[in-house]
Amino acid sequence: MNSEIAFHFLGVCIVAGPALLLALLGTSSLINKPLGERLIAHATQTVVVMGLFASIAVLVLMLTLGKRYVPVEMGNWVVLPEQHFHFHLKFIFDRLSIPFCILSFILCGTVGAFASRYLHREPGYNRFFICYALFLLGMIVSSLAGTIETLFFGWELVGLSSALLVAFFHERLNPVRNGLRIWSIYRIADAAFLVAAIMLHHLTGAGDFAELMGTGSWPDGQASISEQHALFIGLLLLFAAAGKSALVPFSGWLPRAMEGPTPSSAVFYGSLSVHLGAYLLLRVSPILELSPLLSLTVILLGLVSAIYGTLVARVQTDIKSALAFASLTQVSIIVVEIGCGLRYIALIHIIGHACLRTLQLLRAPSLFHDYHSLENAIGAHLTQKPSLWVRIMPERYRVSLYRFELERGYLDMLCNRFIITPFVGLFRYCDSLESRWTNLISGEDQRESESVSPVSDSLEEN
Amino acid sequence: MLPELHLPWMEISVLITLLGSIWLKFTPDRDRAYKRCIRICTLTCLVTICGWIDFVSLNTFAASEPFSLFYRLFHKNLFVVDDLSAPLLPLAALLYLLTVLSTLKTKGHSFSFSNTLISEAILLSTLSSKEPWIIILLLSVATIPPLLEFRSNKRSSRVYVLHMGLFVLLLVAGGLLSSFKDQSGTLSLIAGALLTTAALLRSGIIPLHCWMTDLFDKITFGTALLFVTPMTGAYAILRLVFPIAPDWALQGIAIVSLITAVYAAGMALVQQEARRFFCYLFLSHSSLVLVGLEMATPLGLTGGLCVWISVGISLAGFALTLRSVEARTGRISLKTYHGLYEHTPTLAGLFLVTGLASIGFPGTLGFIGTELLIEGVIEIYPLVGTAVVIATALNSIAILQVYFRVFTGTHHSASISLRARIPEHVAILILVALVIGGGLYPQPGVISRNHAAIQLIQQRDEAFQENKVSVDYSISEDKHHLTTSP
Repeated sequence: MNSEIAFHFLGVCIVAGPALLLALLGTSSLINKPLGERLIAHATQTVVVMGLFASIAVLVLMLTLGKRYVPVEMGNWVVLPEQHFHFHLKFIFDRLSIPFCILSFILCGTVGAFASRYLHREPGYNRFFICYALFLLGMIVSSLAGTIETLFFGWELVGLSSALLVAFFHERLNPVRNGLRIWSIYRIADAAFLVAAIMLHHLTGAGDFAELMGTGSWPDGQASISEQHALFIGLLLLFAAAGKSALVPFSGWLPRAMEGPTPSSAVFYGSLSVHLGAYLLLRVSPILELSPLLSLTVILLGLVSAIYGTLVARVQTDIKSALAFASLTQVSIIVVEIGCGLRYIALIHIIGHACLRTLQLLRAPSLFHDYHSLENAIGAHLTQKPSLWVRIMPERYRVSLYRFELERGYLDMLCNRFIITPFVGLFRYCDSLESRWTNLISGEDQRESESVSPVSDSLEEN
Repeated sequence: MLPELHLPWMEISVLITLLGSIWLKFTPDRDRAYKRCIRICTLTCLVTICGWIDFVSLNTFAASEPFSLFYRLFHKNLFVVDDLSAPLLPLAALLYLLTVLSTLKTKGHSFSFSNTLISEAILLSTLSSKEPWIIILLLSVATIPPLLEFRSNKRSSRVYVLHMGLFVLLLVAGGLLSSFKDQSGTLSLIAGALLTTAALLRSGIIPLHCWMTDLFDKITFGTALLFVTPMTGAYAILRLVFPIAPDWALQGIAIVSLITAVYAAGMALVQQEARRFFCYLFLSHSSLVLVGLEMATPLGLTGGLCVWISVGISLAGFALTLRSVEARTGRISLKTYHGLYEHTPTLAGLFLVTGLASIGFPGTLGFIGTELLIEGVIEIYPLVGTAVVIATALNSIAILQVYFRVFTGTHHSASISLRARIPEHVAILILVALVIGGGLYPQPGVISRNHAAIQLIQQRDEAFQENKVSVDYSISEDKHHLTTSP
C-alpha cells in the first residue's frame, strides 16, 4: 500500500514537472509578460532535476521490490459508460519506459543547460524554452504512456515543438520553409498513428497497452488480435514510426531539420525525437510478432533506410547534415533489430546512440575551430584517404552513385513531383474554376482582394 | 408539460439586444456606440449564462420559459431550452461580445453595431426555438443583415442573393410540404430532401459553397464571421432534418459532408488571401461537424456536438486574431511572408493556439471531440472514416503554413506600433482560456453533449415509431374497409 502511494506520488512528479514548466512559460508569454532568462533557466533546471531524481527513485524502488511493471493510474480523463468509451490516463513504469524516461531527462537536462548559455541574449530565448518545455512534456508522456491514446498525446506535442524549433530563426525564409515541410510530414504520419490507435481501440475495446499486448510486462506480452488485423494496424504504426524517425521515404526532412539552433538539433534529431519511432515499434512489438510479413516489412524498411543513410552521409558538406544522416543509419539499424525481435539490443542501442549523438551535435559548432587549430599546428591540411569503395568501384558507377548521394536519393524531388505538385495543381485548378464561376454570377472581379497591396486600409503609413 | 426556468432568460436576452439595437441607431458618435454595444453584449452574455446555469440546475432535458410574453400572445412556447441549445446560447452571445470587443474603433464606420445586435437577437431566437416554422422564419430573416452590408458597401450581392434566395425558397417549400400528412410517405421524403438541401446550402456544402467565400470577400470580416461561425445550418439539420430523415439519407449527407471537409481542407492550402483561407478552413471544420451529426449513433453524434463547440470557440478566436492583424496591415496576402511576429508576438501565439485547438490538438478542447468523432465514423465506415483524419491533417498543415506566412519569413519594418490593444488581447485570451480549460478538463462538456446526443436520438426514434404506428394503423384501416365493403 505504501509503495503504491510512493509510486503514484513519484509518477505524478515526473509528469507534472514538465507540464508546470510549460504552463508557466506559455502563460507568461500569452499574457505578454515573458520571464527573464535566469528565471527560465532555473525553472527548467529544477523541473529536469526533480523529474530525473523521481525517475531514478522509481527505478530503485522497482529493483528493491522486485517489480517489473508498475502502473500509475490517473483515472479516466473522459468516460462515457453507455457508449463504452473512455480516455484512460495511465502511465506505466517497466523495462522500456524507465530507461527511456531517464534518458529523456538526462539529455534534455544537458541540452537545457547548454542552451541557456548558447542562446544567451538571443531574442527568441523565451520562445526556445517554451518549445523545449513542450518537447520535454511530449517525450515524458510518450515514454511513460500506458495507453495508445496517451502515447499519441505525447507524440503530437513532440511533433509540434520539433517543427517550431526548426523554424526558430524565423526571420529567414529557409528555416520557416523547412519547419513547414517537417510539420507536413509529421502530420501525415500522425494521421496513420491516429487511425491505428482508434482501430486498436475499436478492435479490443481498450487503448490500454496492458490489454492490447496481453499478459506479461514488456517485452513478454502477447497481443490478442488476429494476424490480419495485426498486419493492417502494424503497417499504419510503421508508417507513423517512419515519419517520426525519418526512415525512407520520409528521410528528406532530417537534414532540413538542422536549420534549427544546435541545442534543439541535438536533442531532437540526434537523440530523442528521432528515436521515438523506434520506441513506438518497441512498445507495440507484440503486434509485430503476430505477423511474419509485418516483421519482414520492418526489417526491409530498416535495411533500405540504413543503406540510404550511410551512402548519403558520405557526401554531406556540412557537419550537421552529415551527423543527421549518420543518425538515420543508426536508427534504421535499430529498426532492423526490432524487426528481428532483438528488443533489448535495440533498447541498449538507442541509449548508446542517443548519448553519443547528442555529444557530437553539441560539439559540432566548435569542431571546426579545433580543426583549424590542429591544421595551424601541423602547418598543413588534414588529409583523408579515399575509402575502399572509391578505390574498387568503376568511375562510371562512382559518378552515378555520387550524384544519387548528392541529391539525397532524389526523395525530395520525387515527393515534389509526384505528390505536392499534382495536389497543389489540382486544388489551384478548382480554385480558378470557382473564381470564374463567382465572377460570372456577380458580374465583377470577385478576387480583387488578392491583387490589393496589403496597405489599402492599413493603420501604417504608405 | 415542460418544467419551467426561474426567469424568461432567453426572452430577456433577445429583448436586450433588440432595444440595444434601437438605442445604437440613435447614437451617432462611433466611440460611444462602441462602448454601449460592449455593455449590451456583456449584459446579453451574462443573461444567457444565467439561463444556462438555471437550465442545468433543473436537471432536465428541456425547459420552457415562465411569464412568457410570447406565450400570452400566441399560446405557444417560442423559447424552449434543451440540452442541445443550452450551451450554444451563451456561446453565441460570447462570440458576439468578443467580436465587438476586438473591433478597432477605426473600423466602426464599416462595421454596424446596431445591425450586429439585430443579428444577435435573431440568432439567439433561432437557437432557443424548437418549432420548425419559427426556425424557418428566423433562418430566413437572418440572411438580411449581411445583405444590407453588401448594399452599404456598394458591392455586387448576386452570388449571395442567389444562394440565400434558393436557401429560403427550399426552406419554405420543405416546411410547407412537411406540414402535409400523407400515408405513402412520399411527401415527407420530398420535404426532407428540400430541407436537407437548404440546410446543407446554408452550411456551405460543395458545390453550393461559393456564397461563403464571396461573403468573406465583400463584407466586413466581423459580420461574415458572425454569420457563419454559429453554424446555424447544422442547427437547422438537427431540428428540421434529423428527426425525419431515414438512416440512409443521413449517411448520404455524411458522405457529402466528408467530401466537403477534404475538399475545403485542400482548398485552404492553396489560398492566396487570408480571409478566403479562413473561409475554407471553417468550411472544412463545419463539414466535419456535420459528419458527426449525421452518424446518428450516440458516439458519432456526441463527437459532432463536441467538435461543434470546440470549433465555434477556437475558430472564433482564430478569426479574431486574423482580424486584429488585418486591422493593422489591411488585407493579408498569403503570397508573401509578412514577418509580423516581432511586432505582435502575443497575436502570433494566440493565432497558433486557437488554430491548433481547432484541429483538435492534444490538450485543447477539440482533442476529445475529434477522437469521439473519428471513432464514431470508423464504427460505421471503417475505411471512409480515415478521410476525417486526412481532412484534419490537411487543415493543420494549412494553419501552420498561414502562421508562417503572416508572422515569420522576413523582417517587417513598421511605421507605428502594431501591438495588440488590451480589448483585443482580452477577447482572444478569453477564448484561449476556454479552449485550454476545456481541453484539460473535458468531462463535463463531453457528458453534456452526450446527453444532448442521446436525447436527439431518442426523439428521432420516437418520431419514427409514431410514423410507423400511424402508417400501420392506416393500412389496417384500409384492410378493414376492404373486407367490410360489399
